[in-house]
Amino acid sequence: MDIKELYQEIVLDHGKNPRNKNKLKSFNKEAKGHNPLCGDKIHIFLKLDNDKKVEDISFEGEGCAISIASASIMTETIKGKEFNVAKKILENFLNMLKESSKLRINSLSEDENTTMMSLSGVKRFPMRVKCATLAWHTFMHAAEEKKGTANTEK
Amino acid sequence: MDIKEIKSKFPIFKNKINGKKLIYLDSANSSQKPKTVIDRISKFYSKEFSNIGRSVHSLAVTATNRFEETRDMMQKFINAKHREEIIFTKNATEAINLIASTYGDKFIKEGDEIIITELEHHANYVPWHFIRQKKGAIIKFAKCNDKGEVEIDEIKKLITNKTKIIAITHLSNVTGAIMPIKKIVDLANEKKIPVLVDGCQGAPHLKIDMQELGCDFYAISCHKMYGPTGVGVLYAKKKWLDVLPPYQGGGGMIEEVKKDHITFPGSPTKYEAGTLQTAEVVGFSESLKFIEDVGIKNIMEHEKEILEYGLDEIKKNNSVKIIGDPKVRGSIISFTIKGIHPHDIATILDEDGVAIRAGHHCCQILHEKMGVVASARASLGVYNSKEDIDALSNAIKKCNKVFNN
Repeated sequence: MDIKELYQEIVLDHGKNPRNKNKLKSFNKEAKGHNPLCGDKIHIFLKLDNDKKVEDISFEGEGCAISIASASIMTETIKGKEFNVAKKILENFLNMLKESSKLRINSLSEDENTTMMSLSGVKRFPMRVKCATLAWHTFMHAAEEKKGTANTEK
Repeated sequence: MDIKEIKSKFPIFKNKINGKKLIYLDSANSSQKPKTVIDRISKFYSKEFSNIGRSVHSLAVTATNRFEETRDMMQKFINAKHREEIIFTKNATEAINLIASTYGDKFIKEGDEIIITELEHHANYVPWHFIRQKKGAIIKFAKCNDKGEVEIDEIKKLITNKTKIIAITHLSNVTGAIMPIKKIVDLANEKKIPVLVDGCQGAPHLKIDMQELGCDFYAISCHKMYGPTGVGVLYAKKKWLDVLPPYQGGGGMIEEVKKDHITFPGSPTKYEAGTLQTAEVVGFSESLKFIEDVGIKNIMEHEKEILEYGLDEIKKNNSVKIIGDPKVRGSIISFTIKGIHPHDIATILDEDGVAIRAGHHCCQILHEKMGVVASARASLGVYNSKEDIDALSNAIKKCNKVFNN
């Protein structure tokens, strides 16, 4: 196994130059996520409009390349999408890391699909799956206005 | 010292990790075990096992003897005055909790002060935090300097008439700083303040002599001393054990039980409630034999040589920053690489069979102080060689390559 399967160019790029890494000026939902085992922290800012569309999303946080890249890729992918679609993408993403290694979703463009697939290498590194899923769990935490801090242990 | 021969005593090194030779640099977390320790546990279960201290049948007598012989060996190993001063716990964490709880209950009142340092592992902070909450006590942190060491003056200036205990690490599990325990004990003695030493990293790497150090309590983690998991040792001066209350209640720690009153025996019985980790304690006797056979002085010299080589090699890489630069240090190199998170470092190193730890190493206070969220840590054991350091240096270079640094 080559370590480059985990650290693909797209992942490294998002890890080094994360997109949407700032605090939105206007947001109506937010949540913090924490992975107590490795100390990764993330704060999601979300603007969900009345039609339940992800109007805008951003994040702040500290963590490894995988967790930052995953947060960056997530915000880029779900921004502008219907919440229901975003939820479906999330389910697919989690499934990709746990069971299958492919995404099964039609609503993604080819580029989006390639970008999301760049994280599929994580599946082979069980200790790192939580790094990749933290942002996604935190997004759901924000969207559904759950109390407390999201963490990958729950 | 023939490191190849020493390494050959550890069966784990026969295994491949990700198809590569295992380079184990995580001994501060837990050390590997020599075959003699593994075999001793197997032999104990196969031929000698019974619960100890209770039954009168032959097996029980043998098992009890083997267990108590380990206590005698430990007494000798750390030069304790009395065998009753050696208490077996499940780990060093339990040893510290035992003292925090019993000493805290009896001697710490509202407004009293506990001195610890910014170097401490969570195991030597959180138990005191419980006492702080329970009793309304105050915890004072002796400051660590930018070299990752705590100067004795930083402790001295915190001592007041309200100081009830000083709890300090012997050897920092992050910066490798070795604390001047004897000097701190002398300072504390002037005010009759007891000193607890977290010896988790001290005991495997330094010569520890309780008469020389003079501390009141010393907590030891046996699995870091080439011993089995599930065993810790609390050394406590007899004068304290005579007055401190029991810790956990249960079978084996009582003298007489009546409906209206219960009396307790002396140490160590008073502190060893319930069925203990018998086989592991007996197995640990072989760890002590191993250390004594190699010789703690030889271990110290060898590890010093590898540590210095390691520091020199790693410093050659400009992207690497070593955490701390204490004057007196042992067995540990924590570092960061510019632009690469420690977890990514650990994963990339693991691909080459190099096992290190990444994270805050249960020292969040210290990491915050040093201005980093997490670090990568390479820590040494007697089996490490210069080749292991070379493998580490090469793997670090690979991190830079993977990340296009």
